[in-house]
Amino acid sequence: MTGPDSTVDILLWLVFPYVCLVILVGGLVWRYRYDKFGWTTRSSQLYERRLLRWGSPLFHFGILVVLLGHVMGLLIPASWTDAVGISQHAYHVMAVALGTVAGFCTLAGIAILIYRRRTVGPVFSATTKMDKVMYAVLTTVIVLGLANTAVANILGSEYDYRTGLSVWFRGIFYFQPDPALMAAAPIGFQLHAVAAFALFALWPFTRLVHAFTAPVGYLTRPYIVYRSRDAHLGSRAPRRGWERTGS
Amino acid sequence: MRVMAQMGMVMNLDKCIGCHTCSVTCKQAWTNRSGVEYVWFNNVETRPGQGYPRTYQDQERWLGGWTLNRRGRLALKAGGRLKKLLTIFASPKQPQLEDYYEPWTYDYDNLVQAPPGEHVPVARPKSLISGEDTQVRWSANWDDDLGGGPELTRSDPVLAAMARANEQVRLEFEKTFMFYLPRICEHCLNPSCVASCPSGALYKRSEDGIVLVDQDRCRGWRMCVTGCPYKKVYFNHRTGKAEKCTFCFPRVEVGLPTVCSETCVGRLRYIGVMLYDADRVAEAASAPEEHDLYEAQRRVFLDPNDPVVAREAERAGIPRDWVQAAQRSPIWALINTYRVALPLHPEYRTMPMVWYIPPLSPVVDVVRETGVDGEDAGNLFGAIDALRIPIGYLAELFTAGDPAPVTAVLRRLAAMRSFMREVNLGRPTDESIAAAVGMTGDEVQDMYRLLALAPYDERYVIPTAHTELGDPSTLAHALEESATECALDYEGGPGMVGGGPFGEGSGGPAPIAVENFHMLKDRQTADAPADPTDRVHRVNLLNWDGKGRPEGLFPTPPAERPAAPQLMEGTDPHGDVEPRP
Repeated sequence: MTGPDSTVDILLWLVFPYVCLVILVGGLVWRYRYDKFGWTTRSSQLYERRLLRWGSPLFHFGILVVLLGHVMGLLIPASWTDAVGISQHAYHVMAVALGTVAGFCTLAGIAILIYRRRTVGPVFSATTKMDKVMYAVLTTVIVLGLANTAVANILGSEYDYRTGLSVWFRGIFYFQPDPALMAAAPIGFQLHAVAAFALFALWPFTRLVHAFTAPVGYLTRPYIVYRSRDAHLGSRAPRRGWERTGS
Repeated sequence: MRVMAQMGMVMNLDKCIGCHTCSVTCKQAWTNRSGVEYVWFNNVETRPGQGYPRTYQDQERWLGGWTLNRRGRLALKAGGRLKKLLTIFASPKQPQLEDYYEPWTYDYDNLVQAPPGEHVPVARPKSLISGEDTQVRWSANWDDDLGGGPELTRSDPVLAAMARANEQVRLEFEKTFMFYLPRICEHCLNPSCVASCPSGALYKRSEDGIVLVDQDRCRGWRMCVTGCPYKKVYFNHRTGKAEKCTFCFPRVEVGLPTVCSETCVGRLRYIGVMLYDADRVAEAASAPEEHDLYEAQRRVFLDPNDPVVAREAERAGIPRDWVQAAQRSPIWALINTYRVALPLHPEYRTMPMVWYIPPLSPVVDVVRETGVDGEDAGNLFGAIDALRIPIGYLAELFTAGDPAPVTAVLRRLAAMRSFMREVNLGRPTDESIAAAVGMTGDEVQDMYRLLALAPYDERYVIPTAHTELGDPSTLAHALEESATECALDYEGGPGMVGGGPFGEGSGGPAPIAVENFHMLKDRQTADAPADPTDRVHRVNLLNWDGKGRPEGLFPTPPAERPAAPQLMEGTDPHGDVEPRP
């Protein structure tokens, strides 16, 4: 820590992220144990296909690239990219270009999806309150993130998040986040970070949980799955104390 | 050799009258919930016709099942693992609701709530999807009985396949015949829906081969809907999970036939166990020639009477009573001994396990309409050889277009009909009729018993699941469930308790356990509404199979009653007494 931080800074950049992450992890564990049946994409493709075919891939592929961009920007220190010979300028051009394209794809995708959700009757009536909250927060996060990228791109912002925001973000994972770094960040980045952590806290209670069960195991498993009826008696695991003994 | 046991079904299409009792009872049992209004685990379609969902058999359009790749290896027709994951965000080949139909109800409330007026109030159809007024345009059996109608059959994929070979086929065929095709999930040996599921939620049970969806692992990626060429995996649009025919596993596990079989008016369904060699399934499914697939699948089945097979089955952990059930299996008899059952669309290479005895009746009808004896063996054999078009149609359904096996089956059925007529009329039997189809008179009579008389316990040879092998705490488990859960309190998914905070059907599931169904079976086979203490004395006529005169069928004559009732003073001992039920 580099000096006295204001209470607001400590709350926003120290307490809030941890609270959100605890809710994210705890919520996911709780939901997985309590509500495996509700753990689904809740696809609405059966109702409507034409808009979904454009909106959904645009959004999902866009957000996957955005995710990769965040991994690059937030988790990999600038010193590492320097070490492998990627200049700051090259990195910046790549990040901004890719980020803008992916960001706009994501935004276009979610715009189509929200339009579809509102205008297609059956899809709208299948929308839960939680979906609406989630859409609002998710869209806020995307718009703020894209705005930051656009500002950096067009106006050439002075702010280097790799020495500020990213360091703070990595600090969260080794329990030494420096609130001062975030307090010094431009308001756009601050808002984006707050909204993103709010989304994390919301995550376990929305349909977004399906992202955590992305079926990558499908690439390696054998095609035909056999299971014994004994392996899963009834439709749930036996309660504690009622497990069978090995016979 | 890796022996596995598989529950299978055979349907005798000659006996299907298209009454849809199977569909209705199945729907009442399994899909009478919101989210699956459009779903029929069992449906009966009129052939020729489009089927349900419409044109599902057109795999160039729907890309279901397996195909052979350039190296001659099995590959999913809709694309491999990588392609599936890349198209996961918008499944490219999923049927839409209009391909099934838009489910509806009627605004019955209007009939009683409408204010007095000039016109009689009507109950308008309301869409169950949007809740709005709707026009009823299609359903799961909209083209029922319209077999030859040119309007609808134009898009029958089977006719289209035939027409590709011979342009004249269709016009001529439309005048010929129609029949009903009841369909459930095929519970394939090589299920492409299981292979298509990215989450690994669909699985084949190793004990009985029933293909099920693990509702807790399904994430709603919808690839199974595309993968199944029979379109028998459905998407519950309320819970976001795949659902499919379960072969009524809770009933089958305790030895009861499936609901569709139990309620079948024509008694046309047979259920039994088949033993097969799991190591040879992939090889059989990769037969280069589609015409060979029927025989290839037959070769995968193992003869349960072969001591080597019985020994290997024991080594594979298959219980003795299952092997015995396989020996008595009507499925084995119909598929292998009498060779009258054929698989539905073997060219999908999924090795389906619901087989069909193709219908002879339409051929008989045609012969009869020409004025000659429709039950004479010679006439029937001649007709089977001459009626190339209906046989071509059956061949497209059951043998990938090869007419030879269909002809052989129909000849056997025709021979049985002629042979048994002599028996029924008390004339001397004609062994030459049986010999003409490579059977003996006794074999024909045995086949007749199984096909025509079809006694209950010969139609259904269902060994029970072995719960004692697995779980010593079974009883405690069942007790705990009955004490803590209300099994009737469900809404969203199969046995789901209410609606949790994450939409319909979230939250902990109510148990579907074999123990519950043992209790259910006890209740069903008991004749008293509650506490049947004198059950041993009485026979429930609803469950009586009509055989013999079981003890307790009639009330005990007064003389044999163990203890005469104590009469109150003043009662006339010879007066009328209330008969025991």
